[in-house]
Amino acid sequence: MTLTTEAPAQETPDAGGIPSFQVTLRLRRFNPESDTEARWEDHTLTMHGTDRVLDALHKIKWEYDGSLTFRRSCAHGICGSDAMRINGRNRLACKTLLKDLPLDKPISVEPIKGLAVLKDLVVDMEPFYEAYKSIMPFLVTSGNDPSRERRQSPEERERFDDTTKCILCAACTTSCPVYWSDGQYFGPQAIVGAHRFIFDSRDEGSEERLEILNDREGVWRCRTTFNCTDACPRGIEVTKAIQEVKQALLFRRV
Amino acid sequence: MYKTTSNAHTLTGDGMAIAYRRGVPLEDMEFFQFHPTGLAGLGILLSEAARGEGAILRNSDGERFMERYAPTLKDLAPRDVVARAMANEVREGRGSGPNKDYVLLDLTHLEPAHIDAKLPDITEFARTYLGIEPYTEPVPVFPTAHYAMGGIPTTVETEVLADNERVLPGMYAAGEVACVSVHGANRLGTNSLLDINVFGRRAGIAAAAFAAKAPWVELPESPEAETVAMLEGMRDRQDGERVADIRRALQETMDANAQVFRSEATLKQALADIAGLRERYGRASVQDKGKRFNTDLLEGIELGFLLDLAEAIVTGALERKESRGGHFREDYQNRDDVNYMRHTMAYRTESSEGSAGVRLDFKPVVITRYQPMERKF
Ligand SMILES: Cc1cc2nc3c(=O)[nH]c(=O)nc-3n(C[C@H](O)[C@H](O)[C@H](O)COP(=O)(O)OP(=O)(O)OC[C@H]3O[C@@H](n4cnc5c(N)ncnc54)[C@H](O)[C@@H]3O)c2cc1C
Ligand code: SF4
Ligand code: FES
Repeated sequence: MTLTTEAPAQETPDAGGIPSFQVTLRLRRFNPESDTEARWEDHTLTMHGTDRVLDALHKIKWEYDGSLTFRRSCAHGICGSDAMRINGRNRLACKTLLKDLPLDKPISVEPIKGLAVLKDLVVDMEPFYEAYKSIMPFLVTSGNDPSRERRQSPEERERFDDTTKCILCAACTTSCPVYWSDGQYFGPQAIVGAHRFIFDSRDEGSEERLEILNDREGVWRCRTTFNCTDACPRGIEVTKAIQEVKQALLFRRV
Repeated sequence: MYKTTSNAHTLTGDGMAIAYRRGVPLEDMEFFQFHPTGLAGLGILLSEAARGEGAILRNSDGERFMERYAPTLKDLAPRDVVARAMANEVREGRGSGPNKDYVLLDLTHLEPAHIDAKLPDITEFARTYLGIEPYTEPVPVFPTAHYAMGGIPTTVETEVLADNERVLPGMYAAGEVACVSVHGANRLGTNSLLDINVFGRRAGIAAAAFAAKAPWVELPESPEAETVAMLEGMRDRQDGERVADIRRALQETMDANAQVFRSEATLKQALADIAGLRERYGRASVQDKGKRFNTDLLEGIELGFLLDLAEAIVTGALERKESRGGHFREDYQNRDDVNYMRHTMAYRTESSEGSAGVRLDFKPVVITRYQPMERKF
């Protein structure tokens, strides 16, 4: 199906001074209640200046086809709910500006790979969250509750600063070939989540977390393909974090 | 509910609206905070930290206009003061950009290394979404709807109030959904931590203690019937107007008539618009008729909540003929402690034909250690 429609006059200020343009979105759609398999659907739209892929999806949903289904919330790269495969690469729809993509051919938008598709661009995130939960993503301490803050120097805080930026979007895990072929693998995000606590000077659960990641489906499955680092919308050095966890395991020292 | 907002698409006031529809009043809904520095046109929040680190707001003449509005605190005056000053600059024709509809947040005099170290999100948002380089170019900003001071009334122990005094046993509320009234008419930045850490903790502990002792109650016959009817009614309606069109109209009237500047005329306009939209909403339909992951239907139900809350906000704002905190009336620019030092309690009413309305009641303000004073900046 191809829908070609003229958009109404511009509503948002054209802050960057970039004029309107035509764009075709090629969406991977699947409705479990009526489709036996996924299909492609094209929409040609007039978009403006600094519009993002998410704006185009909203335009389709709000003006043409309300049944188009995708997750989103914050619309500025904070909540992690709209990771999808855009032109074959995992990205956040709200952080990908249309003007930065090649507009002479259709932009393909598909669900992230390696997790079961529930409907259109929505996948079942439960296995991803299960992996995250399994590495105990919370501060582990012993003894009585302290009567004041647990203090930390700026250098100690810096040690795990990068991995605190994770928004659990799953772009890394679902870009990993090992994860695609072996759904049991914890995946890069779980290792990033573990890194954030393993290298936190206030935490006392590192041994236990390292033991969990030493598992057959843990860090050793990583083949350092760097897909995860490329995919991360927060610019986290995912592969480096995984390497640091491997080193900690080898030398049992954090 | 507002068009220009820092809030996520999924924040649609469900918690407040559900309680409101069950007869719980909503307290002080007219107090809504507009954060001064939203990215122009998008509403994405640029933290106060920018001005804290020395960024300056300028109009199209390059003037540091806050010197005129708040000679002492300048750009660091409270959110409501700065937001109104910005809107006023635009209104008086000193806005920047092709449509003169925003002002500029100037960081160019700050060291790039300092900006990177202290304000990484701000530079990233400006670059990603507006293609602006904050090291060398000022960033277009405009006030953005940010935080609801009002909400479900509670005691300081987070127990929900059914009216001015009566506690609803077993019901607790904490967070932005609640109105303990620690924020009064104008929340201070970062104080959501207070909502969450103090009152969230109290609510959790109290709810667990209550649940451990409470007897089982008899459920009424088919307790789910009302909700199922609401969902199916909306889903099965054929050929109605689109939810998105009605929502956009609501957002436009709220931005135009119930934002940082309000008056009897604008608020009456908003109320009339909401009544018209509510009528259209009654005939709206969704295209997705499925039962699985139906976000079309979800947005439809959420719009019903937003309409209820918008009506409560505007009705409260119309009645409050004074200016206080986040609520500013052009026709009553001063605070009036004689007549309006009181909380608004909005109750949802339903006429015999089933159309919704608002009944206002009031609750005295309890003053403890600090006496209210005139604000000077
Ligand atoms: C951009 C931005 C920046 C901010 N920065 C700061 C800051 O620096 N400092 C500060 O103190 N405050 C800040 N605030 C305010 C603060 O973040 C919020 O007030 C606070 O997060 C509210 O927390 P909450 O738990 O009450 O509600 P929320 O965090 O909104 O949680 C509500 C939960 O309810 C769920 N929910 C909604 N509807 C339903 C339903 N129908 N059924 C079941 N579940 C439902 C939602 O999914 C969500 O998980 C900021 C707000 C924004 C928007
Ligand atoms: S590490 Fe990056 S890509 Fe992976 S979940 Fe976190 S934010 Fe997303
Ligand atoms: S919608 Fe929140 S990250 Fe994109």
